[in-house]
Amino acid sequence: MSTKPGSRAFPIHIVVFLAPAVIVYTLFMIYPLIDSLRLSFFAIGSDNREYFVGLRNYVLLFTDSNYAPRFWGALKNNIVFFLVHMLVQNPIGLLLAALLASGGWGRKFYRTVLFMPTVLSFVIIGFIWNLILSPLWGVAESILKAVGLGSLFRPWLGLESTALVTISLISVWQFVGIPMVLFYAALIGIPEELLEAARVDGATGWQVFWRIKFPLILPTVGIVGILTFVGNFNAFDLIYTIKGALAGPNFSTDIMGTLFYRTFFGQQLQLGNPTMGATVAAMMFIIILSGVLIYMFLWQRRIQAVEM
Amino acid sequence: MSTSSRSLTYGKDFGLLYRLRLLLGGFVPHLILTSYSLLAVFPVVMILINSFKTRKAIFGEPFAFPNASTFSLIGYETVLSRSNFTQNFINSIVVTGVSLLFILLFGSMAAFALSEYNFRGNTLTALYLSIGIMIPIRLGTVSLLRLMVKLGLVNTLTGLILVYIAQGLPLTIFILSQFMRQVPKELKDAARIDGASEYRIYTMVLPLVRPALGAIGIFTMIPIWNDLWFPLVIAPSAKTATITLGVQQFLGQFVSDWNAVLSSLSLAMVPILILYVIFSQQMIRSITAGALK
Repeated sequence: MSTKPGSRAFPIHIVVFLAPAVIVYTLFMIYPLIDSLRLSFFAIGSDNREYFVGLRNYVLLFTDSNYAPRFWGALKNNIVFFLVHMLVQNPIGLLLAALLASGGWGRKFYRTVLFMPTVLSFVIIGFIWNLILSPLWGVAESILKAVGLGSLFRPWLGLESTALVTISLISVWQFVGIPMVLFYAALIGIPEELLEAARVDGATGWQVFWRIKFPLILPTVGIVGILTFVGNFNAFDLIYTIKGALAGPNFSTDIMGTLFYRTFFGQQLQLGNPTMGATVAAMMFIIILSGVLIYMFLWQRRIQAVEM
Repeated sequence: MSTSSRSLTYGKDFGLLYRLRLLLGGFVPHLILTSYSLLAVFPVVMILINSFKTRKAIFGEPFAFPNASTFSLIGYETVLSRSNFTQNFINSIVVTGVSLLFILLFGSMAAFALSEYNFRGNTLTALYLSIGIMIPIRLGTVSLLRLMVKLGLVNTLTGLILVYIAQGLPLTIFILSQFMRQVPKELKDAARIDGASEYRIYTMVLPLVRPALGAIGIFTMIPIWNDLWFPLVIAPSAKTATITLGVQQFLGQFVSDWNAVLSSLSLAMVPILILYVIFSQQMIRSITAGALK
């Protein structure tokens, strides 16, 4: 922080340093976000002009017989999608991280292998699992048969009752590396003296983990939680790849991202509608922003209070 | 470390139970880690080995490695002759490379200004630039597409690149300014006394945060390379499709040609997997280091 104090003319070099980033960011990120929120209060007439309609788009989205079932369905599915990640992905990530952090040989190898699916694209992951789970190829079925569970096999991705959870688990499979690495980093950052003291007092590994390590990595639990939340309510690619924009069967895998795409661009008989698309995006914005605010003001503040 | 502390706990009891615990304590973690590792690589390996087999062998013996009688490159031939694979690949490299260059350039300049100078509105600017860390740019797609139409940038790589630069900047600036704050003040002041301009000092600081630049580079690169949404929305034409979009469209058309599907998946995976094998240690280490901050 070394600069000439006082209120002389604003130094030109600061402007030069900041301008490119601020301009590109403002023009291609902030402006579209704000303009898109604005559009959610407008409708486009047959003369191709925009008309202010107040909250009508929102009312349509929540109550109209064409929009409402899709919106509430997508919201519900998105919550399920998020819960599967919170209940499966993050605990597995924590377990793997705890095992890695406890030392032993092969740590680097495991870390590398376990993180690998994360770097592949949704398109590749989606198709790979589509093939593996396909009854046509029968790979998943043969494996279940080999362990005597052949009768459990179903075309999970094709059934209305199981498609959403199956896709959520595929996404979990892909992203478990992220919570794993974040938890791992937090765990190895705990000072050894703290753990040693507890062990000398006769605490078991289980007690050390839940009474000492876990409370110390709570900030990371929060970060993982909010990253999962934002990522899940912004998801699109995996479902689009496996199920297309219609998110079948019978919209059972439809989430906010696919609903947004369909509403904006239209699909089959339904015409695309930019302002309704903007309204769906605005709802996603509100959901994500609420999550971020809750994280920042409730979770972080509580954590800080506990730490003091 | 853990052995010594365990012997403290169970020091008096060298009986069977203790030895059993020790054995399990070493064995169970490896069992879990190995099983999960198998789960992580198994689907990828299945695709790779089957891409080199005849159609009959893909269905007849999916778990076998290709041998003399089942080996076939027919899928790869289809992909290379029927798709725009090479063009898509070049597009992806251009988009990812150019975006990355500008993210690092603009990002480091802004980070330098924010960390170095105590000007009016510093905090506010930093806050403004960090909105994009949590709010996905995707939510502005409707207006972004209109803007691209107005600027004549639909179906151009430039359009994609601009979006990716905007998307990559917030986190880059946030992380880099933390690293730049750690560069010793004396170093910069000494240069100032020697008459170096502020621009010169920026170019002096840049090499000092090279590890951070590398880590950020890898992390911004992967989502850009893998993105499906913006290529689909802004640049879906055959000429501008990136590899992710190209593969997605190709797979849609050739969905019943299993050889072609498996081969195109393999071709799309291999570049990323090679990069990953080379950079994985550095990459994981940098998340580990970044998360500790």
